[in-house]
Amino acid sequence: MSLISTLARLEAVQTGRAQPVATVRHRHLADHPLVFVPLTTAGEAGAPLGALVGTERDAPRLLVVPQPRDRELRFAFLAELAEVVLPYVDGFAADTEAAERSESDPETGKRVKVEVELCTDAPQLVVPGRAGVEFVRLLGRSMRFRRTAEQDPDTPYPAPPRVPLLGRWLTHFGERARVPGSALLTAMTDLLSRHWASGQSSLEDQHLGALLAWIDPPPGERGADAALRAELARDAQGQLVCPPAGPATDPAFDNKLLAPAIERYDRARTALAAAEDGLAADQRLAELTAAEHAIRTLVESRTRPTWDAVWRGLDLLRELPEGDRAAERWTRDRWSYTGHRDRVLAGEPPQPRHDDAVTAANKLAARETAQARLEAQEALDDPLVMAGRRLAGEAFAGEVTDVVMAYSESKRPSPRPLITVRTEDRPHLGERAKVYRSLAGKPQSAQFVAYEPDGAVVLRLLDKMGRSKEPDEGSVPEKGERVCWTLFDHAPRGGPALPEPEDTPWTHGGPPDASGAVAVPLPDPVTEEDML
Amino acid sequence: MPKPLDARALAALAANPGCRRRALLDGAGIDKSVLATALGSPSGFGQSQFAFVRGNAFEARVKADGGAELLRLVYERVGGGPEAVPGAVATPDLAAVGPEGRAARTALALKEASEAGGWALLDHPMLALDVAGSVAFLEPDAVVVHPDGHWTVIEIKSFPMIDGSADAAKVGAAARQAAVYALALERVAERVAEQAAGTPAAPLATPPPPPLPRVRHRVLLVCPKDFSNLPTASVVDVRKQLSVTRRQLARLTRIEDIAAALPPGTTFDPERPAEELTAAVESVPAAYAPECLAACELAFHCRARAREEGAVTLLGRSVRGELGELTTVAGVLAAACEASGDRDELAELDDPTVHALRRAAVLRAEALGAEALGEVAGVCR
Repeated sequence: MSLISTLARLEAVQTGRAQPVATVRHRHLADHPLVFVPLTTAGEAGAPLGALVGTERDAPRLLVVPQPRDRELRFAFLAELAEVVLPYVDGFAADTEAAERSESDPETGKRVKVEVELCTDAPQLVVPGRAGVEFVRLLGRSMRFRRTAEQDPDTPYPAPPRVPLLGRWLTHFGERARVPGSALLTAMTDLLSRHWASGQSSLEDQHLGALLAWIDPPPGERGADAALRAELARDAQGQLVCPPAGPATDPAFDNKLLAPAIERYDRARTALAAAEDGLAADQRLAELTAAEHAIRTLVESRTRPTWDAVWRGLDLLRELPEGDRAAERWTRDRWSYTGHRDRVLAGEPPQPRHDDAVTAANKLAARETAQARLEAQEALDDPLVMAGRRLAGEAFAGEVTDVVMAYSESKRPSPRPLITVRTEDRPHLGERAKVYRSLAGKPQSAQFVAYEPDGAVVLRLLDKMGRSKEPDEGSVPEKGERVCWTLFDHAPRGGPALPEPEDTPWTHGGPPDASGAVAVPLPDPVTEEDML
Repeated sequence: MPKPLDARALAALAANPGCRRRALLDGAGIDKSVLATALGSPSGFGQSQFAFVRGNAFEARVKADGGAELLRLVYERVGGGPEAVPGAVATPDLAAVGPEGRAARTALALKEASEAGGWALLDHPMLALDVAGSVAFLEPDAVVVHPDGHWTVIEIKSFPMIDGSADAAKVGAAARQAAVYALALERVAERVAEQAAGTPAAPLATPPPPPLPRVRHRVLLVCPKDFSNLPTASVVDVRKQLSVTRRQLARLTRIEDIAAALPPGTTFDPERPAEELTAAVESVPAAYAPECLAACELAFHCRARAREEGAVTLLGRSVRGELGELTTVAGVLAAACEASGDRDELAELDDPTVHALRRAAVLRAEALGAEALGEVAGVCR
């Protein structure tokens, strides 16, 4: 955390209200994001308890598993989830535009431009917190290797038809969420804490209710008090007034409310199975329906406050204007979405359990590049972020005090004007260091020449001045102009390309099996009772 | 009814060794959860019965059939002898009266099993560890004695291991806990070795004594595999956690010394009125950090106190480190704000932190524009 954001946190403590750490919104927000608020069963892996999901603020779809240990009921939940999520995800697949992508030609190995489709928009999933992102990954992993009865008639517990596909999409969303600056799947707590500094630690910021209490406290209340209430306040029954954003539930809720309700449901189900005549069965069915309804009410009561909080967070974020370069990052998300759409259409197998060496290295390299790009773009979009870079000596801003025309010593001399910038910043400029400024959205570079005796920086402009002897109009800063130079590249590139999978070196396991057969991953082994 | 120290508490204590309050209250066996409620800042800790049932059921499944499945995993992942033959694994009875009795029984069983030279599975043994002048009794899930005389700590957890990897935070917590057990087990091994050295030298003709027992610094973490209830295991190297724990426990101020500094007659009886209790708790200094919220029942109380004092640790340990000698929110803001009024003073400053703070305040105000500048000035007033 930079000193500037620390200062913002301290101001938040003092004023009792979160303070801005960004002046623009650094993430793209879709017009109709799909909000997903899942709950899970304590102690079980991948046993969802229920969820609220949907794109309509006033009409969330409530999905509930009345007995999370029952495989059939879990499958029914996942099938229902697929009914909501897949139409939304597929809804962006048809609307495309033409785009170019460079690919290596399979015969010559040269990079050539290929005309491809790019979806004009992409789906966006919003979950309450980071644990929600992890849960999306987990759900994806639990579903993508399942087999449906159609795929494999002998499979012992066939999954409903669209469930494996949902697993592949959720896996893709979960994987994309690990790319810095991506917005296909985002956590509301991350979005909010990127733009506001609360008066608590970043650990406590993971609590959506507490974070919102700092950003948007009730009138007349201090953030700290509102946050404490969100964390701890309990009603007469001993239940949290602001239930945790999940997917984990509060133990007091599990023990006092949920467990008895599930027990009642189990009893009703056993009774129904034992019913001997139609009349008794009708009565017992009514009891079962009532028991199920009770569980649905409980799950809704724990997810609805979080659902509303996520939408409240979206409102707050929409008040900020979107940063200029957030759209560029969203385009990359659209590429990611289009790529996975194509892989699904091409009938490729689900994502493997473990990446091979080349894929893993590529992913890491892509994330590092994305991180560097994100840092550069956020600073260029937002003076407050740039202030942090200036404080760190990675950028400097100041007034141009002198411009001296000079030329390069080649046959055809080109302009290389010397610019003197007076600044109060203290950039870490090495000898002949390169610096950049944004000129109509494009980076113009300059070279550090020397410090003046009064500490002003002398730079030699290097490019973007046109082809003639006289520099283009507006390409050289004028005396008195305020300029901001960065020591970091505005569009950082990744390292050298990695070898193709066929050329994996032996140190990394060697090339994949040469037989050409694509190994279809086996489903997870299932036991009679896969939950305890 | 005093609440004995357990491995979780010790691991948490080792994570924050500077906290005298926790050291004293834990050492004295005070139930901090009850105390926190009495102080008016109840903790949010609790265990869901679903998790509890699942955890117990999984542990029972792992240890079923005399630990056949568990021993297979130990043999496969750790080795240390020929494959265990079902039925030939010793499972000594460790039942005894009181924790002292069970600890003594465990030490004896460990010694015998090591001398016997076969596989032995100790289900829920009891280990005694001296912590800052008081004895803590620890109960690992299981300890396995290998035919080669080595001992391995077994930690059974019910979080899943998916595609060979598990949640890093949970594995970390399990490793810290297992390190405490390994440390306690080492003490037992030392005592066994001392006893062996103490016996009169045997005549040369008899076979050499069995090798001294040694505790493996790699523990076996047993978890459910993927989404099933089948156990899988992974060896976790706890050398680092072990040395950290050893060092931190040695650093713990001896509880007698902390207690000696208390005003006479101090009591932590939750029946006392809240003000009296608060005063008693306040008489022992705490070292609050946000990490405490996940590990200590008193954390909300300590946080409230830290907030009243305006301590910057409220925002995290790294923030405190960043701000050097400035430890209060008001102090930092005062130091930062002077910049906007008096520029000339900048050059005269010696403290680089203050210098950086002032620069940060100026840059922040500049970026936020004039309107925000007024707000900053508002803070300064």
